[in-house]
Amino acid sequence: MNAETGDNEVINRVLQGDQQAFAVLVKAYRHFVFTIALRYTGNREDAEELAQDVFVKAYRSLADFRHDSKFSTWLYTITVNTSSSFLRKKKTEIHSITNERIFELANTAIPVMNRIAMEQKSKAALMNSVIRLLNADDATIITLFYEGDQSLEEIGQIMGITSNTAKVKLHRARQRLKEKLSTHFSNELKEMRQ
Amino acid sequence: MNEDQNIETQIWNYMDGTISVEEKALIEGLLLNNAKWQKVYSEILQLQILMKNDIELDEPYMSFTKNIMEEIAALQITPATKTYINKRIINGIAAFFMILIGGLLIYGFTQVDWTANGNVLSSFNLPKLDQTKYFTSQFMNTFLMINVVLGLILLDRFLAKNMNRQKQQHT
Repeated sequence: MNAETGDNEVINRVLQGDQQAFAVLVKAYRHFVFTIALRYTGNREDAEELAQDVFVKAYRSLADFRHDSKFSTWLYTITVNTSSSFLRKKKTEIHSITNERIFELANTAIPVMNRIAMEQKSKAALMNSVIRLLNADDATIITLFYEGDQSLEEIGQIMGITSNTAKVKLHRARQRLKEKLSTHFSNELKEMRQ
Repeated sequence: MNEDQNIETQIWNYMDGTISVEEKALIEGLLLNNAKWQKVYSEILQLQILMKNDIELDEPYMSFTKNIMEEIAALQITPATKTYINKRIINGIAAFFMILIGGLLIYGFTQVDWTANGNVLSSFNLPKLDQTKYFTSQFMNTFLMINVVLGLILLDRFLAKNMNRQKQQHT
């Protein structure tokens, strides 16, 4: 049974009144929803609140899920919309930061991140450090494509853009990630190549 | 776009599988024979592997699922939008506007003197409308009254919805 069929079965159970079955969906998608929320908010407390809000919204509008896309795509659309609204409400550029802010953040955070990455000798730690240097949209699109198992069409649907725009945005996001890696983590990259 | 960026773009497209068979064959040829392409490819491949295998998802607190289940326990699933939106009403409104626009267009075209040439402006003979004949005080009063009633109905629905929501949250 693939994830999509499994999700649809759980959704039907919830719609028929088995409220506890919703926990299966929460457990399956909490990490991803929380990660996307964290990309936007930049802090765990807000991300936690936002991710909870996403699941509550998803539960309330579950009858509107039309099964014409994957449940994950539908859920991530709610996540991105809720996160964008959150940023607009807060009116602070927590993680959607300008180039100057990235530079400023990089100067203070990178020595620490370098040390952590070196100490842990972990590629995952390195990647997470680099992702944090990207703006929310870039970090989200990379996460959706590589970790969320979403196609360019689905990313377009989630972010309210065409698949062509999603392709261009993904390309730019990867370029920026590559730049950040080679600018701030060139030693680690060299070590990995050896 | 400089040459390096162009190579990068094409290699990313090749890896994503968003290019045609001919382009794919061309790029594979370049990757076999061109040292510059091979260098860029190995860099991008390394990054691709890092992104595929080494981006970790963050984990929320332990009580995350429990908190959500507690929160939704008091809530009900909202009925699907399609169950309370009557398509016939929407189609009716659409038809009304289509007929209105169509009628206006037909009226406009029938008023044009297609044989006119030379000074076109002088050939228009626009009818003079006596607005006071249509916009009487009785008409305006009725119009305003209908709007007030519609406004009150909307306000009533809005308040009832809020009250229901509050009741649901309290229960």
